[in-house]
Amino acid sequence: MTETAAVPAENHDSHEDHAHPHVVPVRTYILVFLALMFGTAITVGASYVDFGHSYLNNIVALAIAFSKAALVVLFFMHVKYSSKLTQLAVGSGFAFLVILFFFVFADYLTRGWLGTPGS
Amino acid sequence: MSSTHHPAYVHHFENLGEQKEAATFGMWVFIAQEILFFGGLFGAYAVYRNLHPEAFYYGSHHLNIPLGAFNTAVLICSSLTMALGVHAAALGKRTQIVGWLLATVFLGSVFLGIKVVEYKEKFDHHLVPGTSFDASQLHMESIEDPALLAKAHKAAQIYYSLYFSMTGLHALHMIIGIPIILWIAARAWLGQFGPEYHSPVEIVGLYWHFVDIVWIFLFPLLYLIPKPH
Repeated sequence: MTETAAVPAENHDSHEDHAHPHVVPVRTYILVFLALMFGTAITVGASYVDFGHSYLNNIVALAIAFSKAALVVLFFMHVKYSSKLTQLAVGSGFAFLVILFFFVFADYLTRGWLGTPGS
Repeated sequence: MSSTHHPAYVHHFENLGEQKEAATFGMWVFIAQEILFFGGLFGAYAVYRNLHPEAFYYGSHHLNIPLGAFNTAVLICSSLTMALGVHAAALGKRTQIVGWLLATVFLGSVFLGIKVVEYKEKFDHHLVPGTSFDASQLHMESIEDPALLAKAHKAAQIYYSLYFSMTGLHALHMIIGIPIILWIAARAWLGQFGPEYHSPVEIVGLYWHFVDIVWIFLFPLLYLIPKPH
């Protein structure tokens, strides 16, 4: 066995061994970086566009923000190349955020619907 | 060198690969907690913006969009330098790891410096929530309905409370992150990371990218609020 240890021989028996992960090429990082910069520019630009309803501006801004976040998570944070267990942990974080928002809005957005008895 | 003879290897793991997997998993569990930690603030933001759209529009109108956009670019650059630092670590290029990590620290410091300038502007204009808060700075005169105007005047403090707590918590994360990156850079300088072991670089990278993601949402939500109609 050599000192460079590019692929340690005893690791072949374990499929769970990620000591030598997929090394993402620098070109990928540069492309993601350019996409994020472009996303920032169109976020600012789109905020000055009148889409007719202000909620459309919010949807556009959030759609760009979620796309940018997805690029960071998948490529900069290597989740695209991570194990299923790591991907599950990532997904559960966002799943619980959805639950948090669901119950917050199930309360606040529906408060005026039924009126207050006795008033 | 085999992965079970590496100085960083701890014996309760099968090998360095499993050790790295555990570290990554643990960091993501921590980040899931962070998502919910910030999520509470984003939830409060959504509820109050829904209740007081005028106050949020006029409040955000007083923020410095060019500085906010520039800071977004600075933070994206710092995410790139961090990713390149992790990349250098995976290839075992010692001086490159240190260089990219120091570049990340520099860009993070630029971000915080600009944030200080922005905060000072708000203090100068009496837009910090409290007894000296002056909603007349926000020029809401164009709200014609007097009841709506009075409501917006009061609620402007809610917008600025959220502005300071969300950007403040975000900045606190960066203030915590910068010394950790410096510590990892020092360890890299000592030659502790290479292709077979560089989990600490990866882990601090995950943290830094997460902080970047929070800002990706904060920027449009706090700075670029459209006129409600």
